[in-house]
Amino acid sequence: MLRIDKERYEAIRRHGEETYPHECCGVLLGQMDGDTKTVKSIARAGNTRTDSAHNRYNIDPKELIRILREGRERGEVEIGFYHSHPDHPARWSPTDLAEAHWFGCSYVITSVEKGKAALTNSFELTGSDEADKKFVDEKIEVIPCGADTPVRRL
Amino acid sequence: MAISKILIPTPLRQYTGKAPSVEVSGGTVREALADLVSKHPDLGKQLYAEDGKLRAFVNVYLNDEDVRYMQKEATAVADGDSISIVPSIAGGR
Repeated sequence: MLRIDKERYEAIRRHGEETYPHECCGVLLGQMDGDTKTVKSIARAGNTRTDSAHNRYNIDPKELIRILREGRERGEVEIGFYHSHPDHPARWSPTDLAEAHWFGCSYVITSVEKGKAALTNSFELTGSDEADKKFVDEKIEVIPCGADTPVRRL
Repeated sequence: MAISKILIPTPLRQYTGKAPSVEVSGGTVREALADLVSKHPDLGKQLYAEDGKLRAFVNVYLNDEDVRYMQKEATAVADGDSISIVPSIAGGR
């Protein structure tokens, strides 16, 4: 299960609206406790796939290293990533699966229809290696702001 | 022989006893990674394809620089350097 407060949940969705008709992308940081991942921070990232941003995204590893370093300083680990699907369902595609390598992490996808965020779904990447990896539907629990810890913006 | 630290991404920590980083010795990135795999053999197949080359989606950074734009695995490592293993994050509809 992925737990996230309402403000950060809406921020992920808003990011997809802002970059429409291109895909947005970013990193989810926080804590893992058994089967529950709790988002403490979200970090917007640039989409380096400027050649095909309407249907592809890629996060620059150098940017990710910075985001992870800043997360470590706050005691947070990478728990997942988010991106948007402009005018396309909020479900993982064959490309999403082929390009997914962070086992145990959540991949959150928002469909953005004609510029407005519609559905947001989460999928956990399971398996042990490239040969048996698959996405499993994951519940998102949106909690009221202030119910957990203070909001931190990145 | 230089002593450096390799930062392990969360999906690979199951192969390092959950350690988020591993101290290794080696004068090049290749030697440092070899030391990492010798300490944690199950990591080998996650990092390397059957032909012995690093998997295409495995990015290796020495401090903040991609070794692909340096001397690749022959890039020299100095004492105190950080090596980051960063699987790609990509996809699309």
